[in-house]
Formats: sequence, C-alpha cells, structure tokens
Amino acid sequence: MIRVELPFHLRKLARVEGEVQLEVEGAVTQRSVLNALEERYPVLRGTIRDHGTQKRRAFVRFFACQQDLSHELPDAPLPDAVSSGTESFVVVGAMAGG
Amino acid sequence: MGRVRLLVGTKKGAFVLTADGKRENWAVSGPHFAGWEIYHLKGSPVNPDRIYASQTSGWFGQQVQRSDDGGQTWEPVGNAFIYDGVPGTHQWYDGTQHPWEFKRVWHFEPSLTDPDTVYAGAEDAALFRSSDAGKTWQELPGLRNAKGNLWQPGAGGMCLHTILLDPTNAARIYVAISAAGAFRSDDSGQTWQPINRGLKSPFELPDPTAEVGHCVHRIAMHASRPGVLFMQKHWDVMRSDNAGDSWNEVSGNLPSDFGFPIDVHAHEPETIYVVPIKSDSEHFPPDGKLRVYRSRTGGNEWEALTNGLPQRDCYVNVLRDAMTVDSLDKCGIYFGTTGGQVYGSADAGDTWKPIVHDLPAVLSVEVQTLP
Repeated sequence: MIRVELPFHLRKLARVEGEVQLEVEGAVTQRSVLNALEERYPVLRGTIRDHGTQKRRAFVRFFACQQDLSHELPDAPLPDAVSSGTESFVVVGAMAGG
Repeated sequence: MGRVRLLVGTKKGAFVLTADGKRENWAVSGPHFAGWEIYHLKGSPVNPDRIYASQTSGWFGQQVQRSDDGGQTWEPVGNAFIYDGVPGTHQWYDGTQHPWEFKRVWHFEPSLTDPDTVYAGAEDAALFRSSDAGKTWQELPGLRNAKGNLWQPGAGGMCLHTILLDPTNAARIYVAISAAGAFRSDDSGQTWQPINRGLKSPFELPDPTAEVGHCVHRIAMHASRPGVLFMQKHWDVMRSDNAGDSWNEVSGNLPSDFGFPIDVHAHEPETIYVVPIKSDSEHFPPDGKLRVYRSRTGGNEWEALTNGLPQRDCYVNVLRDAMTVDSLDKCGIYFGTTGGQVYGSADAGDTWKPIVHDLPAVLSVEVQTLP
C-alpha cells in the first residue's frame, strides 16, 4: 500500500481527509503512483501534472524520506520506504514567496 | 418585481450576492473555492441555475466548476484545454516566437440557446467550446489563424477575455484578446477576421494602425443592436456601427480614456458606462476619485456619476470583467474593485451604495436577473 499526502487544496478538490492510500501495480515510481492517484481521483488530473505533456507543474514538488524527488525521472523507482508504505510520498505546493 | 443574483469572482474565492428587485438588502454566500483565484463566473441565459466558474491556481492549474442549483452546490467538470493540432507559436516579450501554452480560463460565455454549450476564453489566447456542459472542451483553432503568430502577451498575459454572441445571428461571434485586438467570425467560429480598422495605438505599437496587436480591454453590445459595438481599448473608448468593420473614437470629455470595463444600459442602447483610470502606469482613478462615467449619446458626451462613490483617497482599479448591468427597470449597474468592494446602483448609475466592502480583490462581476 502506497501512502500519499496531498496539499490542502488538492485534498479539498478530491474531497479526502488525511493521507490517501493506493494500490500500485508493478514498479513504484512517480508515474505509477500519480497514475493510480488520478485513476482514483480524476479531478486531480491536470493539477499535479500538465494535461498535455504529463510533466510536473512548475510549482508542485515531490518529497519523500526527507528528500526532494521533484527532479527525479518519472520512471525512476521511488525509495523502498515509500514502496513498502513505511514513508509517504508527499505532494507539496511549492513556496512562492510572500 | 424580479430579483438579482451577483456572481463575484475574486483572487481568493467566489461569492454569490442575492437581493430582491429593490436591490437594497443583500445576502452574501461564500467564499466558494476558498483560496483559489476565480477569474469568472457566468450563468446560462437558458437555465439561470446553471453557472460555470473558472477556478485557477498558479500551483494547481485550471478547474472548471459547474452549478446546477444557482450556486448552492458545485461539481468539477472537465479541465483539459488542449490546443488543436500543433499549437504553433506567438510573439514573446523578447521578440522571439513562443509556443502556445494553456494557463487559465479568463471568461465563460454560455450559449444563448443551449444550456449545455458554453465558450471559454483562454490564456494563451484561444477560444474553446464545450457542448456537454463543460465535461469536454474543443478548441476553435481557426481563430489562431488570424495572424496568431503576431499576437503578443500584454503585462497581464495573452488572454482572450471577451466573447460576444450575436442574438440575431447564431453564426456571428466576436472576441477580444490582449494584446491582439478584436476578431469576428461569421461562420460559428470556424474562420475569423481581425476587426481593428480605426484603432490607433501609437504608444504600444510601432505601426499604430496595425491589423493586429492592439490591446483591446473590453467590448460590449446591446442585444437589440448587435452590429453596434463599444470598446474600451488600452487607451481610447471606441465605437463601431458596422459590426467592427471600422471604429471611431468616442472618448470625448472623459478625464482619462484609459480603463478596463465598458457596458451598455439594459434598456437604452445609446447609454454606455466606463470607469476611467489614470493611466497604464498608474492603475487607479484620476485624482483619487472613483467615478463611473455615463454617456447617453453613445459616446463623446460623458457625465461623471459620483453619488455614493468615494471622492477622495481612492486608489483601486476596476478590472475588465468586473462591471455588469441587470435588466430590471430601472436598470441596475454593479462593479467590483481591486480593493474588494462591490458597488451597486439600482437607478442606472445616479446613486451608488457599497454592497460589500472587504472581499478579496475582485476579478469579475456578473449579474443574473431572475423572475
């Protein structure tokens, strides 16, 4: 079971409270986790990744295990602690000044 | 007597303000979609309880929300705005060509005849249409063939912000784009032509009378005379009596002919309203006085409407989609400011009252006149 933490606005949009738990088949990567997330919550399509390019939106970050994984390749394996469900995959709205 | 429902989009959510036909006592609902920028909300003229809202975020992109109960509850619908084919490029700030990239929806224009059909004006500038109540969106790409490679973003982005549907000719659509100009289709959006003859932009363009590139801020029409158009350009208030084929300046005695919104009285097609702003460098009213100007002659001769509006130390702006008129008798007029006030007049602008004082910065105001 993969654990995903969403930022406030995306939790509201998906109408969930707390973290989301997902079954991910095959390799656990950014792409497979986000695919599973969007499959469960279609309203999140386009909010984390661009509709057309499927690239991460500029002001969205991915954290896990106290690392910034935002610049990892989408098909790179996520840390074992995320795959095992020990740690969560965190989707963050980036700091934007102010 | 009828009643009215104001749909207010702000930098931090949407608000729905309702009143009976006297328009004295208002109920405020919101914020809806708290924390998100709501660029625009507009109801279907066929089914007024159906309302479309553009919910956007610099972080999380575009959402389209639809209400089928007059704004009490909302459902997210389709948010995939994919340009048709290879989108091509437009002018960029540094003079290079830049690929079209979808950023947000600035304006929704529901069909005059079908509650499931709605048009969306996008940044980067393009026109989309949905025929299934917002679930899916298809671009009308012919618009970008109207010299789209020469269009360029203004400081606020390259946005399609105005969509006018001709109530007497279902095939005729007008749009306006900053900074590209005004365009007209006579075949339901398949092909388009620039309609900018007569516009002069000596401070913004190397060729002041270029076919495209003008920073049109807003266009308005009266439903009874859809061939007569009024325009608030970056500078200059303009009028066309031939469906945009040519334009004449009607700024007349305005204290400044810079501004954003322009609108037409619901029952008097020669009565128009603007809100003069000091300049493109100082986006606030001249002399710190918030004044709506009314012309009863279709332009050129303007009177200041000040009763109830702040006449000192006022430095707010009124954005292009933030003024609207109802169709009660007397005609009501409403506008919202970047300071978070929404002002209303129930007597065609003679007197004004603030409806709310302290909303987030207002991006858009639309009114629905209900039975």
